Amino acid sequence: MSSVVSRRQMVSPGIEHKDSLWAQMKKSWRSYAFVAPFLLLFTIFTVIPVLLSIVLSFTYFNMLEFPTWVGWGNYIRLFLADEVFLIAVKNTLLFAVITGPVSYIVSFLVAWFINELQPKVRAFITLLFYAPSISGNVYVIWQTMFATDTYGYINAHLLNLGIIDRPIGWLIDPKYMMTIVIIVSLWMSLGTAFLAFIAGLQGISPTLYEAGAIDGIKNRWQELWYLTLPAMRGFLMFGAIMSITGSFNAAGNIQALTGPNPTDYATWTVMQHLLDYGNVRYEMGYASAISVLLFCVMVGSQRLVQRMLHKVGN
Amino acid sequence: MAIRIRKKRLSRSTGGDLVIFFFLAIGAAFMAMPMVYTISQAFKPLNELWLFPPQFFVRNPTLNNFNDLLVLMGKSWVPITRYLFNSLFIVLVGMAGNVLTGSLAAYALAKHVFPGRKAIEQIIVLSLMFTPTVTAIPNYLLMSRLNLINTYWSVIIPHWQWTLGLYLVSRFMASMVHDSLLEAARIDGAGEFRIYAQIAMPIVKPAWLTLIILVFQNLWRETGALFIYREELKTLPYALSQVATGGIARAGVSAAITVIMMAVPIIIFVINQSKIVETMGTSGMGGE
Repeated sequence: MSSVVSRRQMVSPGIEHKDSLWAQMKKSWRSYAFVAPFLLLFTIFTVIPVLLSIVLSFTYFNMLEFPTWVGWGNYIRLFLADEVFLIAVKNTLLFAVITGPVSYIVSFLVAWFINELQPKVRAFITLLFYAPSISGNVYVIWQTMFATDTYGYINAHLLNLGIIDRPIGWLIDPKYMMTIVIIVSLWMSLGTAFLAFIAGLQGISPTLYEAGAIDGIKNRWQELWYLTLPAMRGFLMFGAIMSITGSFNAAGNIQALTGPNPTDYATWTVMQHLLDYGNVRYEMGYASAISVLLFCVMVGSQRLVQRMLHKVGN
Repeated sequence: MAIRIRKKRLSRSTGGDLVIFFFLAIGAAFMAMPMVYTISQAFKPLNELWLFPPQFFVRNPTLNNFNDLLVLMGKSWVPITRYLFNSLFIVLVGMAGNVLTGSLAAYALAKHVFPGRKAIEQIIVLSLMFTPTVTAIPNYLLMSRLNLINTYWSVIIPHWQWTLGLYLVSRFMASMVHDSLLEAARIDGAGEFRIYAQIAMPIVKPAWLTLIILVFQNLWRETGALFIYREELKTLPYALSQVATGGIARAGVSAAITVIMMAVPIIIFVINQSKIVETMGTSGMGGE
């Protein structure tokens, strides 16, 4: 049932192991034909640009003059001469450690709960939970709610009820900024992974559960651990990648809330730092170095999650 | 459709059901509140938009904001229908190409064994974790070399190699399409393309319906600002965002725009989700 098992049983048309590599490749021409259209575009529009920007990360490149080689210069500067970057790293780690796992687990739990409902109710609840991610820039509504002046929805009501006597600077006071940014991010976090979980859960055959009940599965938690999670392993990895990239790449939503120059860099993330150097200061070499570091951290987290997922269901 | 009703499942306690229901209800309220607020804003007359203390719900609903939007759009130099056509073209062609290239590759990667498969899969997973921001410059140079600047294709083609979609579909192919079924079809003499189109794709319908939701969302928001400079080739979101930038006086209009921009993907979402439920009800899954 799980993808791991079906992979091992996989037979391919006409390939035998004694064949030489070239013979195997010739026999697989159909497979290559299937992959070719995607792979061609992928190489041109993703692989080559990514490799180029890795090379650029070792250069000084201001987009006007030809890049000059600086070796590890950009990386050394990031860690030894850029205080703001270190603040950004601290913020990003805090943000990612909270929003990544929480959004991942909540996405799965909500999808799992919803899966128990009647189809009509299920569709409606799915829509409610997914709506924040589908509706573009609706998150700016939180800006109105937490607005710093007395017209801010939350300030106005707290003032009206007499709980506070002057408006609170929700989005400009470092005491509150990170908390609010995290709340709003969690509100938007039931996205791609959530949808994949919903569809994946519905694809699990009911006979699996019937067989499980006969084998002595007593409650829903046992069923989750021994049947559902192993059957979902491929989707769990997919969701993990979405949560990792979502939490480490956060920038746009945060900027919409706390502005392009947050007080004391309280919500300044690595991605915002990257955009600042890439799109504002046009230091593409430096921006590329940041993206390479981000990439390494994300790959590391992904490997970690992969190890943890191997333990699921055992 | 009615064959698979969700009767009370085995190994379920009523207490647990109640706790779950409670959790979902609170969650749903938290998720829905800002959306309700957004919709309510769009129907508020200007004096209610700037009321103190601000009101959550609209008191005297009006369509003025939408009328104003229509009037403003009517005055635009390029007719609004042209922007709409541009958006529709980009969305439809982008979506079709994405689902096709992605699912073709996903089928081979999930169901064939061939030299290089592991490597391709690894690269795809890795590419998901590379920030696209820094590749914008090489991409621009490439587009201009290919003479694609100021064409729809500069926006469409990059969406045809969206790895996320491929990865999603390949997960479904791997876990839902059983090898025994493919073997049987091969013995019956079906070609690989036929197996892909007539056996694998129908089984993973939930996958590509989900994919369509995701791609639509991306393409619908596409302003094309990076590659398209000719006004008559720009998209609807771009035109609407231009109307919205008018400060306080346009607050009502911009609330109306927000609602329109979010309504369309939601409609697509609802249609696709209901189809997913239908598929699940009839096919019995597991590849029968």
